[in-house]
Amino acid sequence: MLGVSLDQYGFLVQGAFWTVVLSLMGFVGGTIVGLPVALARISGGWFLCRASSLYVQFVQGIPLPVIMFVVYFGVSIYGFDVNALVAAAIAMTLYSSAYLGEIWKGCIQAVPKTQWEAGECLALTNLQRFIYIILPQALRIAVPPTVGFLVQIVKNTSYSVVIGFFDLTYSAKILNNATFKPFVIFTAAALIYFAICFPLSRYARRFELRLHRRHA
Amino acid sequence: MTVISMNSVHTPAAPQDGVQPMVSFRDVRKSFGALEVLKGIDLDVMPGQVAALIGRSGSGKSTALRCINGLEKINGGELTVCGRNLRARDFELRELRKEVGIVFQSYNLFPHLTVEQNVTLAPRKVNGLDASESRALAAEVLEQVGLSDKASSYPEQLSGGQQQRVAIARSLAMRPKLMLFDEVTSALDPELTGEVLRVIGKLAAGGMTMVLVTHEMAFARQVADLVVYMHQGRVWEAGKGTMLDDPQTVELRQFVGSGL
Ligand SMILES: Nc1ncnc2c1ncn2[C@@H]1O[C@H](COP(=O)(O)OP(=O)(O)O)[C@@H](O)[C@H]1O
Ligand SMILES: [Mg+2]
Repeated sequence: MLGVSLDQYGFLVQGAFWTVVLSLMGFVGGTIVGLPVALARISGGWFLCRASSLYVQFVQGIPLPVIMFVVYFGVSIYGFDVNALVAAAIAMTLYSSAYLGEIWKGCIQAVPKTQWEAGECLALTNLQRFIYIILPQALRIAVPPTVGFLVQIVKNTSYSVVIGFFDLTYSAKILNNATFKPFVIFTAAALIYFAICFPLSRYARRFELRLHRRHA
Repeated sequence: MTVISMNSVHTPAAPQDGVQPMVSFRDVRKSFGALEVLKGIDLDVMPGQVAALIGRSGSGKSTALRCINGLEKINGGELTVCGRNLRARDFELRELRKEVGIVFQSYNLFPHLTVEQNVTLAPRKVNGLDASESRALAAEVLEQVGLSDKASSYPEQLSGGQQQRVAIARSLAMRPKLMLFDEVTSALDPELTGEVLRVIGKLAAGGMTMVLVTHEMAFARQVADLVVYMHQGRVWEAGKGTMLDDPQTVELRQFVGSGL
C-alpha cells in the first residue's frame, strides 16, 4: 500500500502499542503522585502547600525532553541500568503529576465553599466532608479537563524518542530510514495518533456539554 | 439616641428558676478585621421560644446567628448555647453542631445526592444509623416538610421552595435542640415562600426552639415569642411581636415604616 508493506504498517502499530502503554503508565503514575500534590495544595499546612506548589512550578518550567534526558542519563549515572521504558515512564509521571495536580486542585476549589460549610454544620468531620461531599462533585468537574489532558499525555509520549524509547514516533522514524517514504509513513503515524486522541477529546467535549446543560 | 437593652424591655418568657436559656449572649462582640460587627449583644432565648432577628441589611443579624453555631468565633463576651460555653477551653464544636441545626438562604443541598441521601448522610456518618434506621428517619422528616414523594429526586429536579424544605428536613434529621434560619425565604419567588414558612410555623408550634433572621414581618409577628430589632451591631429594641406596632426608637419606627 503506497509503497509500504502491510508488515511495515504492522511495525507502526507495534510502536503505537508502546505509545499507549507509556501513556497509561504516565497517567497512572501521574494520578498516584498528582493527587497528593493537589491535596497538599488544598488542605496541607503551609509547608506542604509551598512544597507542592514549588514542585508544580519546577516541573512545569522544564521541557519534557529535558526531563526525559535527566531521568534517563541521571539515573544510570548512579549505576542503575534503566531501560528506556522505565525512564520514559518516570519522566511522564513527573510531567503529568505536575499538570494533573494543578488541574485537580482547581476542580476541588471549584466546589462552592458553602458545600464545606453545609457539611460542617451537620457535624461531619473534615475527612467525611471531603469524601462524601467535595470529592464526588470535584470528580465530576474533573472528568473533561482530565480526559483532555490525556490527549496531551498521548501526544507528549512522542518526546521519549529522544532517549530511544520504541514508541509510535520512533517506529515511524526507523521505518522511514528503511523505506525513504517520509510522507506516507509520517502521515500514517499522524493518523494513528489522531485515532487514539480523537475519541478522548470527543468524550471530554460531550461530557463537558452534559455538565453545562445540567447546571444551566 | 437611646439604646434599649434586653433588660429594659419585657421579655415574653422571663427566665424561670432552674430553666437555663438555650441561647445566651452576654456582651458578645465580633469583629472582622478592624470592622466591629457585633458591638455587645445581650440576648436570651429560652427553651421552646422562637426569636426573630430583624433589621436592616448589614446590621449584624447573620453574624449573630452564625456565632450561635460557631461558624464565626466571637471576640468578646460570653456565648452559651445548649449549656455549652463557646469560649470554654473544653468546648467541642462538633458536639454543638450535633444539637444545633442551621438553614441558609441558599439551601446548600448536596447536588450529587438524592433527597433521601441528603437527609441521611449526617445521621449515618455522624450518628451511625444503619440503612433501615436512616430510611425510616428520612421518611419521617420528609413527611414533616411535606415531601414524602420526593425521596429519590435530585435537588435540581425540585423547586426552590421544595429544596429549602429538604434543607430543613436535613437539619431536622439530626434531631436538633435548636434550629437557626437565616433568611430562608429571601431567595424564593413570592409564591413559594408560603410553603416554607408553614413548615417553620409548624415546627414552632411543635415546641422547637429557634432563632430566625427574617424579612417577613407578618410572619415574625405571628410566630415569634421574641422579636429582636438589630441596628448597627446592637440589639436596639426587643420584645413581643406587638413591639412592632409601637416602636420605642426612631430607628425601629423608620424600619417598620419602610415596609421591609
Ligand atoms: N466574613 C466576613 N468578613 C468581613 N466582613 C463581614 C463578613 N461577614 C459579614 N461582614 C460584614 O459584617 C456586617 C454585618 O453583616 P451581616 O451579619 O451579614 O448583616 P445582616 O445579616 O444583618 O445583613 C456587614 O457590614 C458585612 O459586610
Ligand atoms: Mg444576613
